[in-house]
Amino acid sequence: MKRLNKLGRIDRSQPVAFTFDGKAMTGFRGDSLASAMLANGVKIAGRSFKYHRPRGIYSAGPEEPNALVTLGTGGRREPNLPATTVELADGLVAESQNRWPSLKFDLQSINSWFSPFLAAGFYYKTFMGPTRRSWMFYEHFIRKAAGLGRAGEQPDPDRYEVRHLFADVAVVGAGPAGLAAALAAAEAGANVVLVEQDFMAGGYLLSETQDGEAGAWLAGMLVRLAGMANVSLMTRTSAFGTYDGNVLGLLERHGSRSADPKQGEARQTLGLLRAKSIVYCTGSIERPLTFANNDRPGVMLASAARIYLNRYGVLVGKRVLVAADNDSAYSAAFDLAAAGAQVTIADSRTQPAPQLLEQARRAGVAVRTKSTIAKAIGGQSVRAVLLVEPSGRVTLESDLVAVSGGWSPTVHLTSHLGSKPVYRQDIRAFVPGKVGAGQFVAGAVTGSFILGTVIDEGHRAGNEAFMFCDATRSSRARVQRDPPKTDAGPGVVGDENPGLREESPLSPPPEDARLSMQVSDGVGGKMTLAKGKAFVDLQMDVTVSDIALAHQEGYRSVEHLKRYTTLGMGTDQGKTSNFYALSAMAGLRGMAIPDVGTTTFRPPFTPVAVGALAGLSHGQHYKPFRRTPIHDWHVSNDAEMLETGLWMRPWFYHASGHDVNEAYVAEMRNAREAAGLMDISTLGKIAVQGPDAAEFLDRVYVNGFAKLPVGRARYGVMLRDDGIVFDDGTTTRVGDQHFFMTTSTARAADVMSRLEFLLDTAWPDLRVSVSSVSDEWAAMSVAGPKSRDILAAAFPDLDVSNDALPHMGLLEGRYRDKPLRIIRLSFSGERAYEIYTGASVGKEAWCRLMEAGTPFGLKPYGLEALGALRVEKGHVAGPEIDGRTTLDDLGLRRMAGKRSGFVGEVLGRREAFSDPERPRLVGLRCVEDGKRLRGGAILFRPSEPVQGHGLGRITSTTYSPTLDAWVGLGLLASSAAQEGAELIAHYPLKGEAVRARVVSPTFLDPKGEWFHG
Amino acid sequence: MHGYSVFSILRNGLSGQKHWPLAWRAPSPKSNYDVVIVGGGGHGLATAFYLAENHGIRNIAVIEKGYIGGGNVGRNTTIIRSNYLLDGHTQFFEFSLKLWEDLSRTLNYNVMFSQRGQLVAAHSPDQVDAFSHRANVMRLNGIDAEVLDRDEVRRMVPYFDYSETARFPIYGAHWQSRAGTARHDAVAWGYARAADAHGVDIIQNCEVTGFIRQGERIVGVETTRGQIGAGRVGLAVAGHTSMLGRKAGLELPIESHILQAFVTEPIKPIVHQVVAYGAGHCYVSQSDKGGLVFGGGLDGYNSYAQRGNLGTVRDVAEAAVALMPCISRLRILRHWGGVQDMTPDAAPIICPTPIDGLYLNGGWCYGGFKATPASGWCFAHTLATGSPHPLIAGYGLDRFRTGRTIDEFGAGPFAWLQ
Amino acid sequence: MLQIKCPCCGPRDHDEFLYAGDASVSRPAHNDADFERWYRYVFVRENPAGAHREYWQHVMGCRQWLIVERNTVNHTILSVNFSREALA
Repeated sequence: MKRLNKLGRIDRSQPVAFTFDGKAMTGFRGDSLASAMLANGVKIAGRSFKYHRPRGIYSAGPEEPNALVTLGTGGRREPNLPATTVELADGLVAESQNRWPSLKFDLQSINSWFSPFLAAGFYYKTFMGPTRRSWMFYEHFIRKAAGLGRAGEQPDPDRYEVRHLFADVAVVGAGPAGLAAALAAAEAGANVVLVEQDFMAGGYLLSETQDGEAGAWLAGMLVRLAGMANVSLMTRTSAFGTYDGNVLGLLERHGSRSADPKQGEARQTLGLLRAKSIVYCTGSIERPLTFANNDRPGVMLASAARIYLNRYGVLVGKRVLVAADNDSAYSAAFDLAAAGAQVTIADSRTQPAPQLLEQARRAGVAVRTKSTIAKAIGGQSVRAVLLVEPSGRVTLESDLVAVSGGWSPTVHLTSHLGSKPVYRQDIRAFVPGKVGAGQFVAGAVTGSFILGTVIDEGHRAGNEAFMFCDATRSSRARVQRDPPKTDAGPGVVGDENPGLREESPLSPPPEDARLSMQVSDGVGGKMTLAKGKAFVDLQMDVTVSDIALAHQEGYRSVEHLKRYTTLGMGTDQGKTSNFYALSAMAGLRGMAIPDVGTTTFRPPFTPVAVGALAGLSHGQHYKPFRRTPIHDWHVSNDAEMLETGLWMRPWFYHASGHDVNEAYVAEMRNAREAAGLMDISTLGKIAVQGPDAAEFLDRVYVNGFAKLPVGRARYGVMLRDDGIVFDDGTTTRVGDQHFFMTTSTARAADVMSRLEFLLDTAWPDLRVSVSSVSDEWAAMSVAGPKSRDILAAAFPDLDVSNDALPHMGLLEGRYRDKPLRIIRLSFSGERAYEIYTGASVGKEAWCRLMEAGTPFGLKPYGLEALGALRVEKGHVAGPEIDGRTTLDDLGLRRMAGKRSGFVGEVLGRREAFSDPERPRLVGLRCVEDGKRLRGGAILFRPSEPVQGHGLGRITSTTYSPTLDAWVGLGLLASSAAQEGAELIAHYPLKGEAVRARVVSPTFLDPKGEWFHG
Repeated sequence: MHGYSVFSILRNGLSGQKHWPLAWRAPSPKSNYDVVIVGGGGHGLATAFYLAENHGIRNIAVIEKGYIGGGNVGRNTTIIRSNYLLDGHTQFFEFSLKLWEDLSRTLNYNVMFSQRGQLVAAHSPDQVDAFSHRANVMRLNGIDAEVLDRDEVRRMVPYFDYSETARFPIYGAHWQSRAGTARHDAVAWGYARAADAHGVDIIQNCEVTGFIRQGERIVGVETTRGQIGAGRVGLAVAGHTSMLGRKAGLELPIESHILQAFVTEPIKPIVHQVVAYGAGHCYVSQSDKGGLVFGGGLDGYNSYAQRGNLGTVRDVAEAAVALMPCISRLRILRHWGGVQDMTPDAAPIICPTPIDGLYLNGGWCYGGFKATPASGWCFAHTLATGSPHPLIAGYGLDRFRTGRTIDEFGAGPFAWLQ
Repeated sequence: MLQIKCPCCGPRDHDEFLYAGDASVSRPAHNDADFERWYRYVFVRENPAGAHREYWQHVMGCRQWLIVERNTVNHTILSVNFSREALA
């Protein structure tokens, strides 16, 4: 293995230092990690999943099953990266995986010794005893043995971004077809985004020598495309999925020059590319061959050996055996021979094309026909191969086995939206089925392997894609233009290039997939040519015999096969193994391949970091919280903030007490004795306007609003269509045709949408408009016996006397040039006012109230005290309005009276809602000294067994300083809800059982004298 | 049945694996069965098994359109738990959990039920209270449940975000230690093999195209492989219940919605429990193979597409990184979708139907996997006796008329919000 | 991403919209006291595999309620109309 002084697209003047397993190595700019590892003589790159067999680099792309490495350290640790897809960067730290203590000597390779017992699915048949918890014991060890790399445990320090991209034509893959498609579409006038997963454009062309005609064509195309303003070529960008609406998910990798991004730079960008049309030029992936020990380091795809030579200048072996059943591997053989290797081709076919044989003779490559590879010989790497030929067995020394079993079109992206690939018998491969509107395919993905055809198809698809999006752009007829001719086309790459002859396909597939089954170990009693494991899925360690076993046991559907054997479930998603597996199953079942079908291709095509999908939505940017206009005051006045439904709200103020329990009682007491101020800006606020506004409200609320006088407010309850309570709030008539509705904080958005729904879909005849004004108004509530005095002091121009502003009255004015609404209503049971003013002056109004109120003892209070005050008053809130309770359950039926025609009325009378066992709202009072009530306690009669769901539960509780008792609200079966009855509130989590008495839910001021007058 | 055991593994290992028999036969359909179960998923196969095992009925066919286990039993995130709040759910899911605990041995098939516990993080004092309520109910119903405080959570799952900048701070968690995961495919295969051993005919690649009637009564099914007579017909085709229900003339309160699942590349063990986020849709467990398996919320619109939308993928990824910042660099390997029967209260419908001879098992929403054993058990009882098993008495179709819905989340009659 | 061509705002991603289910069911008049009609409106769903008329509201745009006809098998959107016009 050596780096040549010639060949390749690496920059030999720019060495790049990296480490692999702690060993310092050097590559060049333009290397992949894999090519640099090969150049440094690394043979074993990883250990396999199950048997821990040594594995070498097998491919040169994202299909790599073996060479998985962990990159980086600390928070930047990233496991399971195929070395073949990693662009070499300075300072890169790579580490091998799934081995202990070292890659060369891995203790767990002992698993190989037990492999006769570890066949597919063996774990379904054992580990079931002796006791029923035994699995947990076995599983502990199995889990430790499984997994590949180890994840980091620290937060990822890097940044990810999300980008929205738009294109007329998106082209996936910058190989010959993609380049041609992009140029055609762009010349026709389309905005084109051309996406390439590699860090270099060219696709297949990169496996050709740079100074050949293919190289020249590529260079020319890149120059032309670079000169076009309407083409954006994105390399290092994987199109990982096709989603509805012709959206491509892209993952763009940055940081090509250093291993880690610089400060402020994104490591990766998630791209959402919305394209009018998409051209898939995704190419194809070479298929391996199966034979004994086909996983040994030194066995590699023929195309990969060629890429390492021509693109990276690395000659991977000196004595090369090319094992193939098609023509395409001959190109690799010729190039390797030209670079100085001694090359033999073992061609399983009887009669390769005479001109190929002639070329081989000229190139000094020995061709053995009807020669089938049976086994790779060697422990930690290949030393020799065993060939089976009509004349007998032959052993050849060799340090590189380059295999080719034909090519599988990369159909993944074309089938993500559900299009099923179709089988083409002539090329023995699956190609894209009928793709969706605006989607086109070109090149090897369609099964075209002749370069000229590929380029032609690209042109045509680029043009079709342009026409499609042009047609959708405008309906006017457009003059149809001929496809622009470029220099590229059939014949440019001449037939002196042996791999690209016009008349011989680039990659004829195996003559019969079942043939290669027969050269492996003992499938279904067929020929056994050599002993040893023959792998189908290298990464998941699935062998040919595992497939036979799955068949034998009845796991015959391809999905069963995959799930039973784990075939194709590795990080490579079976890119090299799936076709062989299903052709083998077809052989075993005696069916045609298309009748066996394929498994479903699921996105992503290549794995995508969770962090990239999250983008910038992490930390404080994830579901950003909402602040009220008064937020800063709370923070600077030492409020403990608590998030409720994305709003940050004061929970309690530290000035009120040491902890929440002390503080809320103090805040409550102050509100009852003097006055408290609460920020209620989070309430939903909706302006309901129009001639039919009152009629509208009459329909959406259970209680009537038509007769509500202007300047008065009313508490209202609305139901869902199924008769369950939806929300409550207060609505004030600010004009004859203008109502100001408030909703609960939690339901603000839902109520708004529902109102709009009703107006748009159910009652379009009502002349009503609804507008959310939640963010326009700041709101605060001043509650307590001193509230009126405070209001008068704060707004001396306003008459806030009981006559001018009675309970449920409205007073309008202006504050700092903004509208001001003072609505007198009480949630706490005290005399209280809600003050609404412009959001921009909200904080100022708050400060003014605080200033005016301080002499009267005004103090702010938080959510905990708010909740406690309303419990004392028996008002229901979130814990009671839980989406399951009805008007009757909450004791609110009287609000509806005899009305009809409101939302939820009819289904609100369903039979279960009047069941006597149905829980109804009650008040509960703790009757045991030194004990307390807790929300979430379950209620039982004292004589009843304590099990099951009990008679009900406590929903909300508080200590009442006024009553010096713990009180609560609960939902209790009506049959047990007689006032005075004693129940036990059980709280098993704390082992508590507390006696509580059923009382009226209105604990204080039952006649409402405090807030009247 | 050829027994599976460590000895059979050794014996077969030494003889080249040549003697393992078929896990289940591939019979041709007979003309008539006592019971025909439509749907070869977990629930259908379990029903067939328990009909044979508990009720001695063996002349049964399970008819599957594709391959067995190809629906939601093979697409879910494999979580098993019984942490339900409401009467009706609590006992049913606990009964199911108890069946899970013995399932591998009942079936002689290792379904890998791993009781590693489920932890649901709480992000506010109110959420701690809500979880406490739930835990109290569970305990009073004989189910293990705990509420952990922040320090206890931290000891159990050190990789959550406990930093000052955590977007939704962790106040505590709900914990059920007997919860866990199982190998989903093995559940379908294990029931299939055990049912087959009782003589049940499992007929794959056979689609039901209609129902045969005699007067008002359904007496069999039309299939792509001919008519099959049946004493009773049970539908267990969750995800597609509406389509078959319509053929039978049933009006159903069901919508089909997509629930996605995600798996990362396999890594060495890091997530030792099932963990769930309390502030967004995301739950995570690590499979025995090493992949982190994620689930999230519904895609949110009616769909039969069996594939999901990138928006939901991103939502789940955001929640996952918020909960566990260290997984940011792990990579999603595959994401897929399953079609869920969503009902207006997110509870299943499993009952006799108004049509004589037809029984329904559907509406499992996103909760069907963990219910598989109890669903099979209770549906078998219902098919055998003609009347619902007491544990499913609340899961009748009439509950939407009567108002006896079991709405665990209180989201109301909006299937896509449940 | 579903792309919904809002008749007011143009093509937008579906995550700007709020979904509200089947639009083929007809809501009884507000004062209709017939239980059966309300029951069917709220609960019974055709749930077709194929074309489905459904409500979407452009909550992050014009806030109009739309009726979208969409194929539930392949997610193709066949038509989008203001519900006020579609129902008129």
